[in-house]
Amino acid sequence: MGLPPEIILEAVLNGLLTGAVYGLVALGLTLVYGVLHIINFAHGALLTAAMYAAYLAWAALGIDPYVAALPLAVLFFGIGYLVQRLVIGPASQGKDENILLVTLGLSIIIENLMLAVFHSDTRSIDVPYAMDVIEAGPALLSWPRVVGFGATMVVAAALYVLMHFSATGKAIRAVAKERTGAALVGIDVAHIYAVTFGIGTACLAIAAALLLPSFYVSPRVGNAFVLVAFTIVVLGGMGSVVGALVGGLVIGVVESLSGLFLGESLGQIGIFLIFILVLLVRPTGLFGARA
Amino acid sequence: MRAILAFAAVVAVVPLLVSSNVALNFLVFTMIIALAAQGWNLLGGYGGQYSFGHAAFFGTGAYLTAILQVRFGLNSYPAFAAGIALAALVGLAIGSLAFRSGLKGSYFALVTLAFAEVFRVLANAAQVTGGAAGILIRLQQDPANFQFAERGTFLWVAGTMVTLALMATLALERSRLGAQLVAVRENEAAAQALGVDVLAVKLRTITLSAAMTGAAGGLYAQYFLYLDANIAYGTWISVEALLAPIVGGAGTVFGPVLGAVLLHAIAEATRMIAGRIPGIDLVAFGIVLILVVRFPPRDIPGLLRRWRR
Repeated sequence: MGLPPEIILEAVLNGLLTGAVYGLVALGLTLVYGVLHIINFAHGALLTAAMYAAYLAWAALGIDPYVAALPLAVLFFGIGYLVQRLVIGPASQGKDENILLVTLGLSIIIENLMLAVFHSDTRSIDVPYAMDVIEAGPALLSWPRVVGFGATMVVAAALYVLMHFSATGKAIRAVAKERTGAALVGIDVAHIYAVTFGIGTACLAIAAALLLPSFYVSPRVGNAFVLVAFTIVVLGGMGSVVGALVGGLVIGVVESLSGLFLGESLGQIGIFLIFILVLLVRPTGLFGARA
Repeated sequence: MRAILAFAAVVAVVPLLVSSNVALNFLVFTMIIALAAQGWNLLGGYGGQYSFGHAAFFGTGAYLTAILQVRFGLNSYPAFAAGIALAALVGLAIGSLAFRSGLKGSYFALVTLAFAEVFRVLANAAQVTGGAAGILIRLQQDPANFQFAERGTFLWVAGTMVTLALMATLALERSRLGAQLVAVRENEAAAQALGVDVLAVKLRTITLSAAMTGAAGGLYAQYFLYLDANIAYGTWISVEALLAPIVGGAGTVFGPVLGAVLLHAIAEATRMIAGRIPGIDLVAFGIVLILVVRFPPRDIPGLLRRWRR
């Protein structure tokens, strides 16, 4: 391919920027996996719901998605908490396949409620900075993506502080390591599970607000992101937070480059193939411990 | 066996009594889903390997049936048979990759989902599948072309296929393979310790399972005469194939048929009550799924048993 190097450089940089937000989506997934040891198939649908919430905030109330990010995070923390506490927790009965099925059921419900309410048309918002670019040497970087990258790093840092220096964070890590032991020293495991799920969902809400200026919303948009997020989580190692961020960056670049070389419609194939390959060859991922 | 014969008798009589096209459409579609679901049931219900990507087999059966006719002028029946064979091969291939790598539980679900998505994206981009525009089988209503002027005739055909699938499932249940399969589901390590070749059992099952679901895909192609990537390889069919056995009773001969009929009755009822809001029937599916898992015994037969006591 005779593509000039600056185009490739630009694709790599933009891939890194988008990849950071993918990483944020994956962060929620991996956190829930690391603590609850469940794969949340409703993750994509919850992201869709968050994107519609951000869309509504802009379309109905005129609130900029970047301003809406924090209130949405709080709202979705609550939603996530309740979903785990009232639906997933009671239905799981300690069986893996039950969780698989319940989260699948949740994703079907959320996705199709969105379809019923908003119909299948794609929507986008029209913020004045959507097309702004920043010059970085020879490359032009999209402004919303730069913001997304920065915000993801801030959220990741905040999560790190929360997990290591707050009592709740310590309780979460204790439950992740040794559930029975944590319960014995008086930690309310069901509550911690729900808090973790809530944090995971809150990450999604922030990611949704960051994605909205540059992506369309449709009832099935979450599916595309969730497969990417699964790939990242599998690549980075289930339960690994660093893995999710690094995996996100890698996948962002892969997507951007395969889009450049293979075209839009086949571009996704690169991601799926990595996904399948990693699952088959090294299901614990690059950063995951051996199960 | 008596229940299967009774089922066959009902299917044989219904087209004589029912003439409403809406009702016949509903029944044919439900039979196609039941067949796809029976395929899932072999692997998921009896084998405990939950696939989230049975669309990969459904779509392969459907596409090859259509492509061989439209692009290569083959007669429908050999095309249909080839579709089933290719679906079985795809099942064997995916199974070899996944089971040899020791993927289980959620990981197996994820990898099957990913394979189905790869096929969907490829079918959407490829020339031979007609790309995003889809592929249309020419209308030639003649039994020699596996097309029938009467919907009732097609219901007989689909009902016969489901009957055969029921018999095959019963035969599997009573066979050595079936016993080994259930042993693998209940405790893989113990089964292995007793000398069961776990990998071979899983591979045989996924091949059978894929063939059955592929046959459902081929039937779909012959009945609706149109396919695109989102129909053939769409998540909807993976979900339907999984949902029906779970609701109707996974790992039972009649589970998938029971589940398919019940789910589609619920879907129709929801549409009747709520009107034709897109997606509302699937919302009902999701709620049923969660309720069924939340309140064990998880399936309809289990509920009936409890109710009788």
